[in-house]
Amino acid sequence: MKPYLREKTAFSFDEVPENTSFEAGYLVSVNSGWRSIRPVIDAAKCIGCEQCYLYCPDGVISVRDGKAEIDYDFCKGCGICAKICKIGAIRMEAERG
Amino acid sequence: MANKTAESISREEFFYGHKACAGCGGSLAVRAALKVLGQNAVSVLPAGCMSAVGFNFPQLCFSNNSIISTFAGTASMLTGIEAGLRAKGYTDFTAVGFAGDGGTADIGIQALSGAIDRGDNIIYICYDNEAYMNTGIQKSGLTPFGARTTTTPAGQNIHGNIREKKNMFEIVAAHGIPYAATASIGYLPDFIEKVRKASQIKGTKYIHVIAPCPTGWGIAPDETVEIAKEVVDSGLWYLAEYENGRFILNRKPKQFTDAAAYLRKQGRFRHLSDEDIAHVIESRDRKWEYINQNFTYGG
Ligand SMILES: Cc1ncc(C[n+]2csc(CCOP(=O)(O)OP(=O)(O)O)c2C)c(N)n1
Ligand code: SF4
Ligand code: SF4
Ligand code: SF4
Ligand SMILES: [Mg+2]
Repeated sequence: MKPYLREKTAFSFDEVPENTSFEAGYLVSVNSGWRSIRPVIDAAKCIGCEQCYLYCPDGVISVRDGKAEIDYDFCKGCGICAKICKIGAIRMEAERG
Repeated sequence: MANKTAESISREEFFYGHKACAGCGGSLAVRAALKVLGQNAVSVLPAGCMSAVGFNFPQLCFSNNSIISTFAGTASMLTGIEAGLRAKGYTDFTAVGFAGDGGTADIGIQALSGAIDRGDNIIYICYDNEAYMNTGIQKSGLTPFGARTTTTPAGQNIHGNIREKKNMFEIVAAHGIPYAATASIGYLPDFIEKVRKASQIKGTKYIHVIAPCPTGWGIAPDETVEIAKEVVDSGLWYLAEYENGRFILNRKPKQFTDAAAYLRKQGRFRHLSDEDIAHVIESRDRKWEYINQNFTYGG
């Protein structure tokens, strides 16, 4: 399992721990707003070689049923995956909206 | 299509949702190493980018046990964690540190040296982005010659950093450490293998991984991996190991790629004159003469 976005993000004072330790993998905010470009996978081309999965600094790519998928909540649009994919199955597109 | 390296590491993510800049090489090093060591890794992160981007309460991006240490105290906290867990009867864990170049070669070197001296059973990984990045790009002992930082500006008379990069790998090896290695995030399978190897050796282990920082190096976010390959291919960095008192070179470029091209494409080196570049190439060639004489070439 990987860390996931918690639905409840509001904290009340009694929920804040008194010491400085807290639950691991506790995510309350996404990184998608950082993106100006987004990677788009061409499933027809993708051969599931997992190079993009290995080199993504944010770990947001996973290969399922032989095809790469991206968790757009946490992809920052760095473009490393598009460069590492030798067969050109990832292209970067302008982020709209 | 099976990817041997991908098959060899955990499918889980242990460093996720972090706030590192897009394309951060350090975050790739931390992510990859934790996927080798797994859930029972206990990681220590001193002040530096990887702690700053990983612990933004309540956004806690490590899904294994992780803790921030003082800037100077990565190795001493690792020592304490290892001893504490052992005293509690735990056997199946790895105490691993991820410290920057400043945190390692400058302020943390004393604690690291002490841990190696005692032979503490820990893995210390230095992710080297060649400056104090988290505080806005200041020169560290691992900043290379010529690099422009905020404390080594590029002016008319002085062209950036006038000092050579400290040889941290061999300083560590000189302790007679059980295992030390150099790596680069551009050669991820090699780095992953070295982390695995380190996890199987008892005593202190040190891995020095080049992890480019697009923000501080003046490169595009999608160039991090390429530039990390290029620094090795151009001979300005090398992949090696130190084990059983011997140095082993893992990769021997038949012919170096253009070092000048490597330098010129980065904002931090853009001001370099032809003489400066000739100086860099000269020290590279001297270094390789030394490597060829003293390191054994092998896998
Ligand atoms: C004792 C102490 N001195 C200074 C600082 C300020 N400080 C925090 S992070 C940092 C830079 C760390 O540089 P490096 O170790 O190379 O890691 P990077 O940020 O580049 O990843 C500095 C100087 C501190 N936190 N503690
Ligand atoms: S690198 Fe390209 S081909 Fe390989 S899994 Fe990723 S998208 Fe598919
Ligand atoms: S653009 Fe960057 S963060 Fe997004 S999937 Fe590709 S490598 Fe990962
Ligand atoms: S400043 Fe550099 S090292 Fe720090 S998070 Fe950004 S890219 Fe990574
Ligand atoms: Mg640094």
